[in-house]
Amino acid sequence: MSKHQEGPAYAHVVPVRTLLGVFGALMFLTVLTYAVTYVDLGALNIWVALGIALVKGTLVALVFMHLLWDRKFYAVVLVSALLCVMIFIGIALLDSGQYQADLIPNFAPGITLRC
Amino acid sequence: MSTPHEGRGEHADPHLQHHFQSMAQQYDSGKFGMWLFLVTEVLLFGGLFCAYAVYRANHPEIFAYAHQFLDKTLGGLNTLVLIVSSLTMAMAVRCAQLGQQRRLKQMLAATLLCACVFLAVKGVEYEHKWKHGLLWGTRYTSQEAAPAAAAAPATEAPAAIAAPADGGTTLPHAAAGPAGLAAEPQTGHGAGAHGGHGPAGPAPRNVHLFFGIYFVMTGLHGIHVLAGMIAIVWLLRRSAAGEFGPEYFAPVDFVGLYWHLVDLIWIFLFPLLYLIH
Repeated sequence: MSKHQEGPAYAHVVPVRTLLGVFGALMFLTVLTYAVTYVDLGALNIWVALGIALVKGTLVALVFMHLLWDRKFYAVVLVSALLCVMIFIGIALLDSGQYQADLIPNFAPGITLRC
Repeated sequence: MSTPHEGRGEHADPHLQHHFQSMAQQYDSGKFGMWLFLVTEVLLFGGLFCAYAVYRANHPEIFAYAHQFLDKTLGGLNTLVLIVSSLTMAMAVRCAQLGQQRRLKQMLAATLLCACVFLAVKGVEYEHKWKHGLLWGTRYTSQEAAPAAAAAPATEAPAAIAAPADGGTTLPHAAAGPAGLAAEPQTGHGAGAHGGHGPAGPAPRNVHLFFGIYFVMTGLHGIHVLAGMIAIVWLLRRSAAGEFGPEYFAPVDFVGLYWHLVDLIWIFLFPLLYLIH
């Protein structure tokens, strides 16, 4: 934690130990997400996989990308972009779910089907 | 040169552009710009993740069937390789901040090596899919045999994909589009194909949709890895000239941010494409 020991005056230097710790956690979580596909959790499987990915992504963003020590504004920028993507995907899912029932099978004017 | 506490202005650091007051201000501006760029990348991939989500939600049987043709082990290996490269990149930033010239170059070289391994493994995967016609749109060759048998030399498959390669196809490529979706039997959603994990059951229709999504998402990601490699070579050249140190390490830091984002995207791509249950 000796911030002024060496290194730049205007940025934080991440200790090697922290980097290695995060690296170990990422490796472990990768093996875990691989292993968990062999367990049948039904519909939960994808949410477990996404949850693990989210934890891994958060670790990368906070430590490797320095968000933990940088000014919080960068985190706000990233999180607001992620929120936009989630709203976008959420609305697209709701919409496409609604019109699925109205699709007419085998009706696609001007397009020749092959398979 | 390496005296600490000299990041501030007046003192003309050769790397300080005239329109900034201090190295700290220049660094902050650069970092903000980098984050804005990363946000556009998030939105770019966000659109692809959206396409993935819509197709998977409405046609789960295609994903349950087609993901069996992907090699989980190679995908997992690539995930580990990218995580190692992220570690070496983070270490490179640290070395630049501390002015450790030799280790900086070593770490950058290690990152570059990991990127090469990643692309090589990806190339092996792509080649396998190309051979068996596991491709997008009209280039997709129906896999009547189970995935296990797909590894055996298929006699018809090469001929089947060779024909369109000559440009002799009479079918519009748009056949990969809405027609495929509309042709989907509406009652098929809850049927047996969903969630099947063992041997591949009967192939559902429109499996080419999965491979279209697979190739666009991993392909765009691969292009980003390539771009990152170019940036790392640039960093290597500059670090060979000894340009980076405690007062000036911004380029290493910013390429690092980009590299971690590319890693982050793969962290989501891997379970979504390879690890479908």
